[in-house]
Amino acid sequence: MLIYAVCGAGIGTSVLLKANAERALSMLGIEGEVRAVSLEDARGTHQMAQVVLATPELVEKLAGIPAEVIAINNIFDLGELGEKLQASLG
Amino acid sequence: MLANYFGPNSIKVTSAELSFEDAVAQATGLLVLDQKATDDYVDEVLTSLEELGPYFVVAPQIAIAHSKPSTSVVTTGMALLKLKSPCNSGSANDPVSLVFALCSVNADDHLQLLAEFGEKLSSDSVMNSLLNASAESVIAEILFENQV
Repeated sequence: MLIYAVCGAGIGTSVLLKANAERALSMLGIEGEVRAVSLEDARGTHQMAQVVLATPELVEKLAGIPAEVIAINNIFDLGELGEKLQASLG
Repeated sequence: MLANYFGPNSIKVTSAELSFEDAVAQATGLLVLDQKATDDYVDEVLTSLEELGPYFVVAPQIAIAHSKPSTSVVTTGMALLKLKSPCNSGSANDPVSLVFALCSVNADDHLQLLAEFGEKLSSDSVMNSLLNASAESVIAEILFENQV
């Protein structure tokens, strides 16, 4: 299970999102690798993730990629992350 | 230590009524003031905002303005501009009152900083204290105290 956490630059938001997504996954008992990537990388990669996490403004920029794209409003909210990951992967 | 990444001028509270774009420019400007980045970095962050929208408004009331590592970054750092008059960015997390700015010299140098920062801001009590604080010294205490 590969999950991308995406931000514009791949160094800020995505890194925070990755850390909290990992915490949410472990709370759910779901195994998965989360990678922080830039928008460009997410669109250009050959090894596509099953699920892509991003803040809402970036979701439309990810239209067309072969993965489920999930909008995360509050990247610090483990409840929101857990719920959305559970709905998608559980 | 989070404190190591903030310079002497890197925390500022303003009562000015700023647009979101101006707030991002001023927050990023604090990095320039503490010689962590050059003026070009401010432009790079604003370009990213223009191209991608307010995606770095990552939680209610919180923005983390940043761009990619580039030659305009001098050293990895962080800054915070707190707005006494919150502004609207167009994000679902509006209004924004805490505008952090981040710069990193490469894709790895700031990971420790972000890990510490993320853990800190995941705490509701830290968040509430930051949102209620109106003095730079109080904000520094909240951010830099060791308890998470």
